[in-house]
Amino acid sequence: MLTPEERAEIEAEFPHYPNRKAVCIDAMKIVQKHRGWLSDDSLKDIGELLGMSAADLDGVATFYNLLFRRPVGRHVIYLCDSVSCWIMGSDRQCSHLTKRLGVAAGETTADGRFTLLPVVCLGACDHAPVMMVDDDTHPDLTPEQIDRILERYP
Amino acid sequence: MPEDKPLTGNMRPDGQALDREAYERAGGYQGLRKALTGMTRAAVIEEVKASNLRGRGGAGFSTGLKWSFVPETVPHPRYVVANGDEMEPGTFKDRLLVERDPHQLVEGMILAGYATGADTGYVFLRGEYKLGAQRVAQAIAEAYGAGYLGKDILHSGYSFELYLHLSAGRYMCGEETGMLNALEGKRANPRAKPPFPPVSGLFGMPTTINNVETLCNVPHIIRNGAAWFRGLSRSKDGGTKLYGASGKVKRPGLWELPMGTTIREILEEHAGGMRDGLRLRGLLPGGASTDFLTGEHLDTPMDFSEVQKAGSRLGTGTMIILDDQTCPVGMVSNLEHFFAQESCGWCTPCWSGLGWVERILRAMEEGRGQPGDMEKLAFQTRFWGSGHTFCALAPGAAEPLQSALKYFRADFEQHINEKRCPWK
Repeated sequence: MLTPEERAEIEAEFPHYPNRKAVCIDAMKIVQKHRGWLSDDSLKDIGELLGMSAADLDGVATFYNLLFRRPVGRHVIYLCDSVSCWIMGSDRQCSHLTKRLGVAAGETTADGRFTLLPVVCLGACDHAPVMMVDDDTHPDLTPEQIDRILERYP
Repeated sequence: MPEDKPLTGNMRPDGQALDREAYERAGGYQGLRKALTGMTRAAVIEEVKASNLRGRGGAGFSTGLKWSFVPETVPHPRYVVANGDEMEPGTFKDRLLVERDPHQLVEGMILAGYATGADTGYVFLRGEYKLGAQRVAQAIAEAYGAGYLGKDILHSGYSFELYLHLSAGRYMCGEETGMLNALEGKRANPRAKPPFPPVSGLFGMPTTINNVETLCNVPHIIRNGAAWFRGLSRSKDGGTKLYGASGKVKRPGLWELPMGTTIREILEEHAGGMRDGLRLRGLLPGGASTDFLTGEHLDTPMDFSEVQKAGSRLGTGTMIILDDQTCPVGMVSNLEHFFAQESCGWCTPCWSGLGWVERILRAMEEGRGQPGDMEKLAFQTRFWGSGHTFCALAPGAAEPLQSALKYFRADFEQHINEKRCPWK
């Protein structure tokens, strides 16, 4: 069941679109914000409100890399792996992160604290290499800075 | 306002966004007032046509002409969409515009809406631009509060609703029909064209889609006139352009300069030249999906026709610089990995060919290149060409590869012959 809060946030999007199906991406982002990821049950809950099947929603969700159909850690690290960051040595940041966290790209740490995801160009190429942690963009990365940044996400 | 930098000259040095009052003090919403109180829709379109404003998303289509494709007689509701899905690797210009002067975009959208007779607009912003999203949402709320949005704007009889849509990711959303599908709550596959969006777009209704930077120019054109806008430029294409440089230059950054500024001036004066000890090997002039240019092209003016004459495209105008200590094959391998990953899987040349090329290039980098690889790569670039696919993803992916095969051929052959990457 959607919580009253989730339901209210989704319904606030209804007037922005001519039909409810068009709200589904916003709806999934809202529920993911509250629950961390989109389980099958979450899709059923959303589907009931929007008049869509969970399978329909799954078809949409699996297209988009910012919608998670598997659990993620408390914090998600998005490390840019596109061209400008690559030129500026993002491979080094990536191996530093995988070593420090003890996970490969795409995996979650055993304590459930971090998920490490490679992501396409974050649009801050004059400050490459760049990563985001949750909603925050971190520019001009060095391995030492990465260590300091991670401490801010318990 | 600094006369020569209409897009960025008013931005606050402290990084905060201009709020409505500050935007108005700098001349904001005067263009809208002028249009709604004294200009017909046709007159707005004519002014924009006469300004020689060409689309800043990469394709360079005449903005005024695009607007004229929505005929008077087509049904309502009609839509305008701002393409703020800035996901072209190496591109970081629209981020600045939405974070620092969001009202400029809002005013541009209302003017685009008025010109095309639209009822509703959407700002489609990539999901990672969280700060930009907050600021655009705030600007939209302020514009509603001041009567610039909603019913009967400035008592003109024109009504326009504007909403923000924050995307959930994927490069395909930047393709205009993919974007329409995303707004409809679907997978962002492109659509077969025709019909084109001005006839049948969002929810099957007439729709105009413009890049964020394009729209941000419109308030200034209406307020100051087409002749003024043309005069900002050193080229036939009107206005200024946000140019950028990333890679191993001394000062990577973003600068608003006259359209038609040369590559040399951007690279040497603004970016400070290459870092000490490095030489320029090549550059992508406007994002990942543009052909490489080299040192022999430095005096090319960065406008749509001149960059095309040099064998590439202006694209987004944000250059990615390749230095002589970085492996060109590795760079192309990174680019083709991106395109292969972002293919939506609809067209065979794209889903099949991109994956194949990605594997060939990775093998070369890992010392497993084979005789015959060069021919396979060259064949694929032709197979991805325009007309073989429903959208521009694969044709765009061909551009850096085909030009790398031309300019860096010896590097590819060295990888194959020596069975290693010489830079590793």
